[in-house]
Amino acid sequence: MGIEVIKPGLSTSVQDLGRPGFYHLGIPESGGMDRYALRAANLLVGNEEGAGVLEATFQGPALRFTSHAVVAVTGADLPPRCDGHACPAWTSFAVKAGQVLGFDFLKRGARAYIAVAGGIAVPVVLGSRSTYALGALGGFQGRALKAGDVIPLGDAKGTAREGLSVPESLRPLPPAAPRLRVLPGLYDFRVTKSALEGFFDDTWRVATEADRIGYRFRGGRALEFVPRKQPFGAGSDPSNIVDTCYPYGSIQIPGGSEPIVLHRDAVSGGGYFMIGTVISADMDLIGQMQPNVPTRFVPVDMGDALAARREAGERLAALRRCLA
Amino acid sequence: MKTRMSFGGDEHIFVELDEEMSLEACFRALSLAKAVRESQIRGVTEICPANASFQIRFDPDIIAPRDLWAELESLEQATERAEPVLKTRVVEVPVFYNDPWTRETLMRFRERHQAPDMTDLEYAAKINGHASVDALIAAHAASPWFVSMVGFVAGLPWLYQMVERAQQIEVPKYLRPRTDTPRLTVGHGGCLGCIYSVRGAGGYQMFGITPMPIYDPQQSISYLSEFMILFNPGDIVKFRSIGRDEYDAIVREVEEGRFAPRIRPATFSLDAFHADPAASNAKLVEALDGH
Repeated sequence: MGIEVIKPGLSTSVQDLGRPGFYHLGIPESGGMDRYALRAANLLVGNEEGAGVLEATFQGPALRFTSHAVVAVTGADLPPRCDGHACPAWTSFAVKAGQVLGFDFLKRGARAYIAVAGGIAVPVVLGSRSTYALGALGGFQGRALKAGDVIPLGDAKGTAREGLSVPESLRPLPPAAPRLRVLPGLYDFRVTKSALEGFFDDTWRVATEADRIGYRFRGGRALEFVPRKQPFGAGSDPSNIVDTCYPYGSIQIPGGSEPIVLHRDAVSGGGYFMIGTVISADMDLIGQMQPNVPTRFVPVDMGDALAARREAGERLAALRRCLA
Repeated sequence: MKTRMSFGGDEHIFVELDEEMSLEACFRALSLAKAVRESQIRGVTEICPANASFQIRFDPDIIAPRDLWAELESLEQATERAEPVLKTRVVEVPVFYNDPWTRETLMRFRERHQAPDMTDLEYAAKINGHASVDALIAAHAASPWFVSMVGFVAGLPWLYQMVERAQQIEVPKYLRPRTDTPRLTVGHGGCLGCIYSVRGAGGYQMFGITPMPIYDPQQSISYLSEFMILFNPGDIVKFRSIGRDEYDAIVREVEEGRFAPRIRPATFSLDAFHADPAASNAKLVEALDGH
């Protein structure tokens, strides 16, 4: 039982809910960038929420199924087709042995999640099937898929149903101009008050350097630093600090010019100051942002962050009730 | 030294022991991180020591951020006077300095370097007041180095030279980072050394290469079969200069599963180091030599 990769798409990799626990050694958690969509895809086909799925970026793969399977595609609006016939998104459907699952062009969002009943059955490495490509770890041979790969599938429990669907209200898509909520902090005192205000006032655009490690932004004003004698070991640039650990979602601004928000395959540390951290509730949204999308960073406090987190938790609970 | 804490979003707390790098700050970060781990605070999911700071990841659904903040404050006060002694190990890392592979790479990226007419080693020797490349290499291989952090990418150790500040090798990073660095390059940037665990981008000056893998996601290398990463924060590294023949021999031994890195247990006291760095270092090197 397996899936033969005919065309891999731009960057398609095996992901699950990640491998926390090794960040202190430089191994990031990895896992789906849009975890909500990943969970939904799995629930639709009767898998555990954290089963292995395929995460397709910007462009869908073409996959030939060697056996009958129940499949669901969630996340970005990347319309699935089975042997050329349109299939519903956010809905489970059957693919027969020998059929090819392909995709139309991306309409909205950035990453689609393809779950198959039984789950993608690559070996579990350090507790996860997720691909960490920078470290050649996990997933399918530690890398994005290539044409000719044959991806193993697990045994479906036989409980998967076709036609199970997520209601429209529970299918989030990114707004045309996303607002990322940020808890300021970390080293935000390194820039002047007016630079900090400018950062939150300006409209930034997602740069082409936007991947699983991090999203770079351009288009806002350069930030002015508070002058200081650099601490020993920090490096001479005013944006340098003594190398430290980077939180997931943290926003570093090398040289004060282009913010980078670290995501699931984050580099675990380095020597650039950070202005704050995108709140956990907005991390999934980043995974659905395309290059050139106009973006605002919005400062919030911890109370707001926790309220947003509860809201995201409630939406997930509603999804689970629908698909139970 | 002044401790500073800040939330990194709703899932992280960042604790900085000092703005500047020092062995004391690193030690404090390590021991406080250890105290946090040992106190087994509910909701704390990851603890990442860094050079002069550390980071905690927590689940705010289990512990309220302000409660965790308060717990950390009281832990910080309790460990303030902890005896700065570390039970650790010394790991010998053979290095083929001035090797053909890093040299080939640095030649490809000369336009990104401060001194395009020199090699990285020549430049580092010059700006650190060493008469020759050999003198710089001798200094690099003479003293032990402290693994002050592991990360950036999987298994990459950051190394702090255990000599007085005036003698520490200091170099700027490349003007613009390279897009390529050979795997297992021994590099240096600012006052910190590193060993690149994987091939990839990098901005540190390149001094040499070790034949001894330090990260193996396949876990097929004999000494990395139990865990894929060799180094932990708090380890002590001693470099040993080797030539081409020994480099080739070790590469072969690694391939054939016969190579075992020289690793010995050691105790490191920060007070003893400060009282007499040379004697403290000699003791660490002795531990390695098995006397």
